[in-house]
Amino acid sequence: MLESKIPSGPLADKWTSHKNHINLVNPANKRLIDVIVVGTGLAGSSAAASLAEMGYNVKAFCFQDSPRRAHSIAAQGGINAAKNYQNDGDSVYRLFYDTIKGGDYRSREANVHRLAEVSTSIIDQCVAQGVPFAREYGGLLDNRSFGGVQVSRTFYAKGQTGQQLLLGAYSALSRQISKGKVQMFTRHEMMDVVIVDGKCRGIIARNLITGELERHAAHAVVLASGGYGNVFFLSTNAMGSNVSAAWKAHRKGAFMANPCFTQIHPTCIPVSGEHQSKLTLMSESLRNDGRIWVPARKEDAEAIRKGTLRANDIPEENRDYYLERRYPAFGNLVPRDVASRAAKERCDAGYGVNETGEAVFLDYASAIQRYGKTEANIRGLKNASNEEVTALGKEVVKAKYGNLFDMYKQIAADDPYETPMKIYPAVHYTMGGLWVDYNLMTTVPGLYATGESNFSDHGANRLGASALMQGLADGYFVLPYTIGDYLSNDIRTGAIDANSPEFETAEKSVQDRIDQLINNQGTKPVDDFHRRLGRVMWNQCGMSRSEEGLKQAIADIRALREEFYQDVRIPGTAKGFNPELDKAGRVADFMELGELMCKDALERNESCGGHFREEFQTAEGEALRDDENFAFVSAWEYTGDPSDSNLHKEDLKFENIELKQRSYK
Amino acid sequence: MDLTLKVWRQNGPTDQGKMETHSVTGVSPDMSFLEMMDMLNDQIIRAGGDPVAFDHDCREGICGMCSMFINGEAHGPSRGVTTCQLHMRSFKDGDTITIEPWRAAAFPVVKDLAVDRSSFDRVIQAGGYISVNTSGETLDANAIPIPKPQADEAFNAATCIGCGACVATCKNASAMLFVAAKVSQFALLPQGQPERSKRAKRMVEQMDKEGFGNCTNTGACAVECPKGIDLSTIARMNRDYLSATVKED
Repeated sequence: MLESKIPSGPLADKWTSHKNHINLVNPANKRLIDVIVVGTGLAGSSAAASLAEMGYNVKAFCFQDSPRRAHSIAAQGGINAAKNYQNDGDSVYRLFYDTIKGGDYRSREANVHRLAEVSTSIIDQCVAQGVPFAREYGGLLDNRSFGGVQVSRTFYAKGQTGQQLLLGAYSALSRQISKGKVQMFTRHEMMDVVIVDGKCRGIIARNLITGELERHAAHAVVLASGGYGNVFFLSTNAMGSNVSAAWKAHRKGAFMANPCFTQIHPTCIPVSGEHQSKLTLMSESLRNDGRIWVPARKEDAEAIRKGTLRANDIPEENRDYYLERRYPAFGNLVPRDVASRAAKERCDAGYGVNETGEAVFLDYASAIQRYGKTEANIRGLKNASNEEVTALGKEVVKAKYGNLFDMYKQIAADDPYETPMKIYPAVHYTMGGLWVDYNLMTTVPGLYATGESNFSDHGANRLGASALMQGLADGYFVLPYTIGDYLSNDIRTGAIDANSPEFETAEKSVQDRIDQLINNQGTKPVDDFHRRLGRVMWNQCGMSRSEEGLKQAIADIRALREEFYQDVRIPGTAKGFNPELDKAGRVADFMELGELMCKDALERNESCGGHFREEFQTAEGEALRDDENFAFVSAWEYTGDPSDSNLHKEDLKFENIELKQRSYK
Repeated sequence: MDLTLKVWRQNGPTDQGKMETHSVTGVSPDMSFLEMMDMLNDQIIRAGGDPVAFDHDCREGICGMCSMFINGEAHGPSRGVTTCQLHMRSFKDGDTITIEPWRAAAFPVVKDLAVDRSSFDRVIQAGGYISVNTSGETLDANAIPIPKPQADEAFNAATCIGCGACVATCKNASAMLFVAAKVSQFALLPQGQPERSKRAKRMVEQMDKEGFGNCTNTGACAVECPKGIDLSTIARMNRDYLSATVKED
């Protein structure tokens, strides 16, 4: 039933040969074809701009007040590309290999290889658009390292790489808007997809200012609607990030793949109290130079928690640099899943360093000394004093990470130049998403999914600086070609009629659902339920999972969902600007998704990447994969109730890489 | 801490609007300003009222969506931060805080504290880009070296998040800093040269069309800019605009 449509031939030739053989739509015919793009982050903006440039008529939608605000903007650290500018032996193959291994052998070889191939074009394209990447003094592009790799292939723009890349894609999109090739709908939310004769032919959208429902017809629909990390309530996602577009597609027949594969990022600012509305990431790039530790002695950890001892008072010999200890080959740069679990292990064992016991130190003291000494040498200061070295070191660190340090200071009210930062893992990214074939089409013909909203490239764990790469790869260089194969059959179809009974029915069901929510005479605000859902998900389907916990979570979520429909209170009316109503619809979908995530985690009787089942671990506490029985993609088919979803398996075939236990020791 | 909030309420662009007073108790100094607003809204909803509408999204100071004029200052009393990164430790127990939307003719109020900043998008659409197709078939990224200081300056201009604090804080509601930041980013890069004059001219013309006010060089915009965009960008834009009008045939 699941056809991945991976082209035949040698791995390195698949994409080129596929591109050369798929059907094209001639320029005159492209003008007769309409495409809808939902979401304007990296994957959506780049796709909308590229499709419009090729000649299609594009309608793009975002719920924010401007396409430039999509959450890709918050990515800090960088974007990977196999350029080998640093002459450290990097290649397309190595980027491919690192990504498959980093994903714990749960992604598709052909998709990942294509991603690695087009990575180099992304950097060329962005530089041509005026994206101001960091440069060295010679005027050439600078790189840094990220977790899970042993080369420097990450391009960056200080701590704002996502913003700069998104502004690049936004500028390309703006250029097409000005030409009239893209019609932009801001403050619009996709409420449902419309299926006509088995094909996706449009969407029902809601104008978030007026509350009016609108019908938009097209020959194909592209979802670039991002990930679903906000199912945990607390995550590094933006407040508005949601699963609704993807979930609506799922309910209409698009399979959801590997929903339990969630990335918990190791370096975030810890939770400060019950009021917390979101968590803030501290870029992984900080692990280039920062050292992670907890006190080696429990009594020191207790004293720190009580506030009677400070980090700087603990001598070197009483510190446990646990990542360097456990994983000497990769040290502080192990992949995210490994670093997060290691932090949890130390904190659970009683070595946490803030009031809640859920924090570890990220220390820049030795980096400041190291950079300070180098800088003193560069400046010819032979007998620089300790103070001078420290001051010089701080200057270098400031130049590299200044904005991240400022952000930490602002949130935590603590100076990271003087004392170590406190960090803890938090939900950051979702590797799972809509199942797509090699052409990025879901199981619904004419419905595509790109970027974080699909599942295809990161397996069970995403490497740092790869999300930006995938978003732009899909949007600029993959989808614009592969969609032609499908649309070439539509050149004689003519405009799609938005007055058909299918649109009528879809609009009515959206209206009914809105009426149900707004007319509910409950007592509790939406956030009350969202917070409780998040707690269940974090405790039972977060960094570690167990059969018992997951079963409990499913029961809890079902009960919570029932309570939600009885007791939620949404103020105002369905007409006009009503952010609480928008939020209610999103949370209702999260409550179905959460149940499916738990079911998926329960079915996967192995540990891999971000999915750690307590029952399946090695003697040293590392994830224990089961390639014999679980080297497949779980693709779930909706049947009316998340718990009754049907499981379809896409077997993963590794023809170019040997499956090994992932080791970073 | 306990606070009194005076909040602007306005039901749509044509409504007259008024200040409304609320009190919130038990505010933690670790809360962000928006988390304090969440608390207020939770209280209003439970009491059966209409919560205060405000824009927000990333809550980490980068998306540019949040926009509150707090005690007479765009993004409140702290420098270099957006409203979402303003923390309640900047206030004292017993304080009265006045919260208003961005006020500018080019930013009509959507509801309460949320405004329509689509005029910024239209200014970018008028020329805030480099006209290159997205085929990926361009020069190798390292083919044109750019001196680091120049690349850094372009980056600094490019950090604008389009929040509109510059407009809100300017007595003339001028958008010069916003437009100049984008003009400067491209003016400082070799890739931006071919369209440099045309870009400055078109963007300035669109800015005027949108109803933003003129610049009288008070520099308030740069003081309130959460990303520290420099006033020198405005000088650069003026130079480019002037030369574009002189060159015109």
